[in-house]
Amino acid sequence: MLNIKNLHARVEDKTIIQGLNLEVNPGEVHAIMGPNGAGKSTLGYVLSGREGYEVEQGEVSLNGNDLFEMEIEERASNGLFLAFQYPVEIPGVSNMEFMKESVNATREHRGEEPLSATEFLKQAKEACKQVQLPLDFLKRGVNEGFSGGEKKRNEIMQMILLKPSLCILDESDSGLDIDALKVVANGVNSQRDSARSFIVITHYQRLLDFIKPDFVHILANGKIVKSGDASLALKVENEGYAFLGKEFEEVSA
Amino acid sequence: MSEQIEQALDRKYEAGFYSEIESDTFESGLDESIIRRISEMKKEPQWMLDWRLKAYETWLKMDEPEWAHVHYPKIDFQAISYYSAPKSMADKPQSLDEVDPELLRTYEKLGIPLHEQEMLAGVAMDVVFDSVSVVTTFREKLAEAGVIFCSISEAVHTYPELVKKHLGSVVPRADNYYAALNSAVFTDGSFVYIPKGVRCPMELSTYFRINEMNTGQFERTLIVAEEGSHVSYLEGCTAPQRDENQLHAAVVELVALDDATIKYSTVQNWYPGDEDGKGGIYNFVTKRGICHTNAKISWTQVETGSAVTWKYPSCILKGDNSVGEFYSVALTRGRQQADTGTKMIHLGKNTRSTIISKGISAGKSNNTYRGLVKMGPKADGARNFTECDSLLIGDTCGAHTFPYIESRNPSAIVEHEATTSKVSDEQLFLCQQRGLNPEKAVSMIVNGFCKEVFKELPMEFAVEAGKLLEISLEGSVG
Repeated sequence: MLNIKNLHARVEDKTIIQGLNLEVNPGEVHAIMGPNGAGKSTLGYVLSGREGYEVEQGEVSLNGNDLFEMEIEERASNGLFLAFQYPVEIPGVSNMEFMKESVNATREHRGEEPLSATEFLKQAKEACKQVQLPLDFLKRGVNEGFSGGEKKRNEIMQMILLKPSLCILDESDSGLDIDALKVVANGVNSQRDSARSFIVITHYQRLLDFIKPDFVHILANGKIVKSGDASLALKVENEGYAFLGKEFEEVSA
Repeated sequence: MSEQIEQALDRKYEAGFYSEIESDTFESGLDESIIRRISEMKKEPQWMLDWRLKAYETWLKMDEPEWAHVHYPKIDFQAISYYSAPKSMADKPQSLDEVDPELLRTYEKLGIPLHEQEMLAGVAMDVVFDSVSVVTTFREKLAEAGVIFCSISEAVHTYPELVKKHLGSVVPRADNYYAALNSAVFTDGSFVYIPKGVRCPMELSTYFRINEMNTGQFERTLIVAEEGSHVSYLEGCTAPQRDENQLHAAVVELVALDDATIKYSTVQNWYPGDEDGKGGIYNFVTKRGICHTNAKISWTQVETGSAVTWKYPSCILKGDNSVGEFYSVALTRGRQQADTGTKMIHLGKNTRSTIISKGISAGKSNNTYRGLVKMGPKADGARNFTECDSLLIGDTCGAHTFPYIESRNPSAIVEHEATTSKVSDEQLFLCQQRGLNPEKAVSMIVNGFCKEVFKELPMEFAVEAGKLLEISLEGSVG
């Protein structure tokens, strides 16, 4: 599915990712935790191809293709989905229009016919239901005037509609109360199957109570310093990052 | 990201071709004899010629206005030809079958197959090619409802009383420099008359095309809506791609009598000039309507073309309870300059006006909103709401807003809101992350920005306007 080898990447002149290795197989859920400034969100942006995030060295393949050979939208069409930490508003463009264009662009890329308006509407309604978004959100402008929680749910709604093969969730739990968190987690869990993989970036173990990871990785100073199963997240919750060694005591404080 | 936007904006002007049509074109230059010849070509009555000559005298005494936020070399009015008509028009065709096939092909290439238009009931068209009206469709059907829709030249002959009464009643000859010039040399345009209580059974539309080189187009449109009547009118414009600048100086007058409604929509796509600002149309237009008691005039415009635009469709809200609306989308790119907006003159009691202006600037262009809201001393309880939004694409363009408010009535309420935003990297990234290419992303964001205005356009036109923006932004065939 996704194979990251010795990735180095920088933002402006600061190298953030410094020799990161990660393999994600179909159906797996990988959680990435780590202190502030470790490079967690940067990893999501580098993989999705955001401008300003430059790859210095390393290789990444997605479903067998060289990721860095592809434009942002090609990566998306090839199954990479990023759920944003701070989804931006697009005033005047309805969620419905936006997602219809988006779904059909992806279908076109796969050589499939565009969805009919009726079929799309059916799927969109279903996706809204799964994340408990009222249907009038389809008519509203993309993220326009949405609350923080609504924006996060809207991201998951989009993920459900696009059926990606690799979902990167960038702090989809931040700013959510416990009920909203459960809704987001349920939405994600409903999409888990043997083919779809997830990278869940989070600060808090709490989310992982609801989305059970197969692996937990601790990212620090731009590389994975420790990997384990779900119990590693609990350890972080209880002890902070101090157990990683003296150098992390400060950043975790 | 800005590089991608630049590419996305690298458009082609689709209407830029020239048609090989034999024309009778006046030599360039302007003096009294030219005006006499225009009048003669049109076999006009003496009163019309006198009217033109008076306008010419006035014009000679006026100075070219320089207050607009636009820059262009001085226009040489002696280098322009003031009349050009296809030879085949010498005897005006009575129906589409008699129209020169090359002319029909021109309109087909522009996406306006006249034959098809005639079949598809719904829109009646007047087609103006350079200085003359080529054909007007659906005349019989309109006549049944008592609606008059013909070229202004024809109206001068057939309905002289109506023309005499209303021509220059809203935009006087001496109104401004270009209006005076137009009054002296106007060649053709449309005339619409809706009788009392009649709801015009179909959309009326005029399509303007400048074809000949060094020719100015000076059209004159007059729409009169009698008491309680209703009409929706659309105009579209294109011109060939040339290195020289061409002048288009039109005058549009709307008269909405008591309880009448006029909806006037424009999709303007004159040739904007090339990347370096060479060529393109100078679009200096005066559009104004007068509203009597309870009447309503609504202007909607989508402006994507012209090298320089100078245009302020306005409403004089004379009657009590009358309503004026102005909805505008102006897109500038390359080196285009637009100085556009509206004037809402509130004279009557409880008059209301709404102004929604959306300016989109890209490339090295400059986009200016200039608007006047005036509340007269008798305009008790009058209200205006203005919303003026600018969207910047890239960082080499400019957006400017000059709102003027004059209130002489303490009970009048004027509200003004203005915003400036940019197509942000975050928005583009979100769209691309969802699988959309940058061109599609930009056009979607821009269309979203314009939504409030597009929903005011008649349905067929709204689709067309959306497409035009997309073409303007994409550089691909829509």
